[in-house]
Amino acid sequence: MENLFKVEGTDLIILVPAELDHYNAEKIKSGADRLIENRNIRRVIFDFKRTVFMDSSGIGVIMGRYKNIRFMGGEVMAIHVNSRIYRILTLSGIYKVIDICEEQSVQPEIF
Amino acid sequence: MKQTNEMKIEFDSRACNESFARVSVAAFMTQLNPTLEEVADVKTALSEAVTNAIVHGYENQIEKICVACRIAGRELFLTVSDKGKGIEDIQKAMEPLYTTKPDTERSGMGFAFMEAFMDEVTVQSEPGKGTTVAMKKKIGRSYEMEYQN
Repeated sequence: MENLFKVEGTDLIILVPAELDHYNAEKIKSGADRLIENRNIRRVIFDFKRTVFMDSSGIGVIMGRYKNIRFMGGEVMAIHVNSRIYRILTLSGIYKVIDICEEQSVQPEIF
Repeated sequence: MKQTNEMKIEFDSRACNESFARVSVAAFMTQLNPTLEEVADVKTALSEAVTNAIVHGYENQIEKICVACRIAGRELFLTVSDKGKGIEDIQKAMEPLYTTKPDTERSGMGFAFMEAFMDEVTVQSEPGKGTTVAMKKKIGRSYEMEYQN
């Protein structure tokens, strides 16, 4: 199975697959929630580097993780966002509650 | 006389078939010489309709979904039909953020995305009988502008 997750300190990086649809969304949800619970995660980073397709199921995944981690005082961000993904994030309104970086500029968490 | 072309595919309502449906429609529409943006728009709208059929229409039971595609001139017509449980209140279902399944993290943006990415979206549904979503999009707007000048 391709590697979807990477934990760095208290960051969980989700390496979003090429297509984030209903099918892939289900795989990400369960795996991510297990890691968030067990590894003391404070920040969830969706890395869209290899993603060429996303629909509203992807919005559901981000929204769901946002709700979970906000409850514990954490945050969610999206990196390597191309114009297509950006449009979907904007249309859905989710860009208001998460940080979006078009290029990788995430500082590793020091604390 | 407008040139026409048609295709129809039927497949099981499994989530893994969603990418198959997207790729099939994308391949069929290439004869319209669309931009990458237009292909992405159609793929997203189709994905929303097929996901709705799987998640809401059939509630994850394995039945058949039919995707029909027709080209007439520069227009692409797309219908996605299921014989699932149907929609009680279509107007309500089409409201952005409205979802009957908030517990499973559905975003409620499906119809909103279809409307955003296609020119026209119409929904026909009867509770207990099924749902058909019909969508239309004109492809190649940029060429049209060129021809006019």
